[in-house]
Amino acid sequence: MSSAKRTPMVIPDRLESRFAAGLKSWEMLLIAVALAVFAVNALASPHFLNPWNLSDATFNFTEKAMIAMAMALLIIAGEIDLSVAAIIALASTAMGLALQFGADTPVLVLTGLATGLLCGAFNGLLVSGFALPSIVVTIGTMSLFRGIAYIILGDQAFTGYPSEFAYFGQGYAWWVFSFELALFAAIALAFGILLHATSFGRLVYAIGNNPTGALFSGIRVARVKFILFLLTGLMSGIAAICLTSRLGSTRPSIALGWELEVVTMVVLGGVSILGGSGSILGVVIAAFIMGMVTFGFGLVNVPGIVMSIFIGLLLIAVIAAPILWRRLRGEGFA
Amino acid sequence: MMARLLKSREALLAGAIALLLALVSWRFPGFVAPENLARIFNDTAILIILALGQTAVILTRCIDLSMAANLALCGMVAAMLNAAAPGIPVGALLALAILTGAALGAINGALVWQLGIPPIVVTLGTLTIYRGLIFVLSGGEWVNAHQMSEPFKDFARAELLGLPVLSWIAFLVVAAMAVLMTRAPLGRAFYAVGGNPTAAIYAGIDVGRTRFAAFTLAGAIAGLSGYLWVSRYAVAYVDIAAGFELDIIAACVIGGISIAGGIGSVGGAVLGALFLGLIKNALPVVNVSPFWQLAISGTAIIIAVVANARAEGRARRIILRKAEVLA
Repeated sequence: MSSAKRTPMVIPDRLESRFAAGLKSWEMLLIAVALAVFAVNALASPHFLNPWNLSDATFNFTEKAMIAMAMALLIIAGEIDLSVAAIIALASTAMGLALQFGADTPVLVLTGLATGLLCGAFNGLLVSGFALPSIVVTIGTMSLFRGIAYIILGDQAFTGYPSEFAYFGQGYAWWVFSFELALFAAIALAFGILLHATSFGRLVYAIGNNPTGALFSGIRVARVKFILFLLTGLMSGIAAICLTSRLGSTRPSIALGWELEVVTMVVLGGVSILGGSGSILGVVIAAFIMGMVTFGFGLVNVPGIVMSIFIGLLLIAVIAAPILWRRLRGEGFA
Repeated sequence: MMARLLKSREALLAGAIALLLALVSWRFPGFVAPENLARIFNDTAILIILALGQTAVILTRCIDLSMAANLALCGMVAAMLNAAAPGIPVGALLALAILTGAALGAINGALVWQLGIPPIVVTLGTLTIYRGLIFVLSGGEWVNAHQMSEPFKDFARAELLGLPVLSWIAFLVVAAMAVLMTRAPLGRAFYAVGGNPTAAIYAGIDVGRTRFAAFTLAGAIAGLSGYLWVSRYAVAYVDIAAGFELDIIAACVIGGISIAGGIGSVGGAVLGALFLGLIKNALPVVNVSPFWQLAISGTAIIIAVVANARAEGRARRIILRKAEVLA
């Protein structure tokens, strides 16, 4: 799905510094957008700066942002997983099913994690085991996973989760900081280290930049991709636990359409959809931007669907802006 | 060689459809009655039309996730105009819906062509924008059957030579697309651009312009479908056809259209859509809960993807083939 380039590829002589500079400027742009959103919100509504309100605001992105961490690695490696929301539905359904058999909170959590891992393994096996394009595979598994949830639940819902279970989605770790936010911070840190400070992270970039080159360098491309799908499944399982706990119920339509929001978050965060570049910091900032926009618009009574227009425009504008800027400065044509 | 493989894919799919029909009719003979088959075809007509638009886009190695949102927006525009001014003839509204759709598709195409933004990102963005615009336009209100004029509602449902107009339009679109894809320079350019963009440039084909044309065509088809959808179901609201973009892509994938571009046929896309439509209509007949439908089409997609990958012939790479798959 890459666009054809008419000009011959330019090989820069100082790759590292230019790369770093490019990344830095992208994150600066994101921070500027985040600050602008924050300032506009604070001016538009007197309730915005209340710490408890801000804490509430984090709930509408933490679960998606957890998945976005793993999705970022997957997209950097040149793959994509559109089944994440369906994994949430299936994991939540599995937990509800376990509940019917009298499972207590630890078993519920294990069920959620195991379902997420299994779904991730299934995706990974199809993509790296059979060398299939991940975009269509995960469109298929997306229907399959949510389909199984529909077969089990139909138009029913699972409710009656134990009160200890509510902590994951409704509890607070310290003062206004929710358990979900703390968990997200820990996950973001872990993924930041994994991507930017380990050899595994370098493999992810190498595969995304040139899969064939990576293969010839002796990287086990298939195995790395499999692990990335496993991680994405695991994160979806964790998100399923948090969301189920927060809502206190499971319906097969739970988290419908989240896959697009997660991908938007990742791309907005500066991860190239073609693979090979991006950073965890960018995705974290993008998650906060999306959360603040949604919350701020909510405070001034803008309906959710109008916010989605803004998110869509933001997605295209943030990608188009650097291209237009480069063109204006006459640095060649894309 | 490739043509033979493709033919076998279509034969395979036609065989699967025949088998499905045979299995269902073994217990429920009424299912294969001509009038029931005609009803199923009519029920699948919009999916067929949309799948053909998506086929053009996928052939050029792009993807359009905004088709269902485009459909809903054009349907709402037509419905609201009809409710506000019932005097406007249906033909004019139909033309307006197609033009609006083409314009929305052209926006996708222009962003891909002129700015080089990956199609999946562009259409992910415009999907939410178009869907949101429906809300802005309608204020979240529904346009109900009683607000629509009779000719507006009757158009898709009127019968002509024993078949609803909707079915005839599907036939017309299939025929037009078949001619375009196999006989017209533009259709061949779709294949060339998707098959090998670099070679296409050397052959004198403008890759960006061809992709722009594919997106505009898909948009026009979504606009046409928008009017047909609203006319057939006699209702327009923000969420019509929500999630349908994935059904459209599923129909294409099942029909053997390669997501990597350049491979696929009109016949395949039609059969892919018919296969999905048949499952949807057969489930209630064989007394399986409709909740099974999603899982079944998901399984069908996965099987189709595996089959597509084999048909695409991965034999080209000889060195290190084993290392590509999981050891």
